[in-house]
Amino acid sequence: MSKFTRKKGKGLPSINTSSLPDIVFMLLFFFMVATTMRETEVQVKVKVPEATEVKKLEKKSLVSYIYIGRPIAHVAKLYGTEPLIQLNDKLVSVEGIPYESIQDFVLFEREKLPEADKNKMVMSLRIDENIPMGKVDDVKRALRRAKALIINYSARKEYREQGRQR
Amino acid sequence: MARSTPEVNGGSLADIAFLLLIFFLVTTTMDTDTGITRLLPPEPDPEQEDVEVRVNKRNVLVVLLNRSDLLMVGGEVMDRLILKDKTIEFFTNPLNKEDLPVMDFTEVQFPPGASSLLPPDGMWRGKVSKGVISLQNDRSTTYGKYLQVQNELVAAVNTLRNDFCKLYFDKEYADLNIANPIEEEIQSGIRKIYKMNISESEPKNIGGRN
Repeated sequence: MSKFTRKKGKGLPSINTSSLPDIVFMLLFFFMVATTMRETEVQVKVKVPEATEVKKLEKKSLVSYIYIGRPIAHVAKLYGTEPLIQLNDKLVSVEGIPYESIQDFVLFEREKLPEADKNKMVMSLRIDENIPMGKVDDVKRALRRAKALIINYSARKEYREQGRQR
Repeated sequence: MARSTPEVNGGSLADIAFLLLIFFLVTTTMDTDTGITRLLPPEPDPEQEDVEVRVNKRNVLVVLLNRSDLLMVGGEVMDRLILKDKTIEFFTNPLNKEDLPVMDFTEVQFPPGASSLLPPDGMWRGKVSKGVISLQNDRSTTYGKYLQVQNELVAAVNTLRNDFCKLYFDKEYADLNIANPIEEEIQSGIRKIYKMNISESEPKNIGGRN
């Protein structure tokens, strides 16, 4: 019956790790595929407000971003602390209503879309909650003029308990 | 016979892969943007004469946010938390009040047989509000407050739509799948009954989209 006697005093058998690289590679490929590098560096401080009725934006390729906020520290040295508009990655530094910048921006972004999606372009407005509406109204007016009519007020999901409100 | 090449040591493969893995883990941003989607009214033709849109006064609810973020609804100061109920009352006019919007008799086609509460041909007959909400703000209103008010208005319409959808089709409005043609028809039908009539154009033209 020596076949079934256990080896004694050898401690735990070591785990076979030869498949570890494969597992790690699998994870690696997953993350490589799922990664979208942040191509824009946001140069304004944006803390979007909270809302309960938010929906996810489905198609990311249709979305262009407009940021409005006060500039971050090292940008503020150049432009001052007044609220600034940033279109995807460009800061708008003109005074007054930036009709032309936004018009160019809309045309440029629309050009990138396939023909069938040109009128489905979404402008996501990522606006800091403490910004006065004047700036926002200017952008909205410029967007109307540029015929980019689908907008999205970016907001975080706020969870509200039933019957209890802030 | 050629000498076989010495085997490459694969022991550090796992380490290299780990390093890469950690790099991608750190740089990955899987943020999906969320928000309230709205449609801006198209810019009026500059050559077009300014036609004064005559809107019956009872059909318009003016929601005003002033420079110190105070909310005024239909001429009275109001707390943000009761704005939703006020909006629902405005859009449904349950007691047929004289100062709330006119309700028009309307027929809306739903897919036949989708609901047991509808006649067999799927035609809904009922009253649809002509009300329009005009949201106005000052240049100094803070955006956060503005969006909260916007949120309450959207919440009111969503609640109405959801209640209708639950009553007739036993389903959450948000769960309707647009890819399915029947549910898509249901959704567009409900949208005709409870329109998102929120005008956010400049204070001057309180007609808005109808």
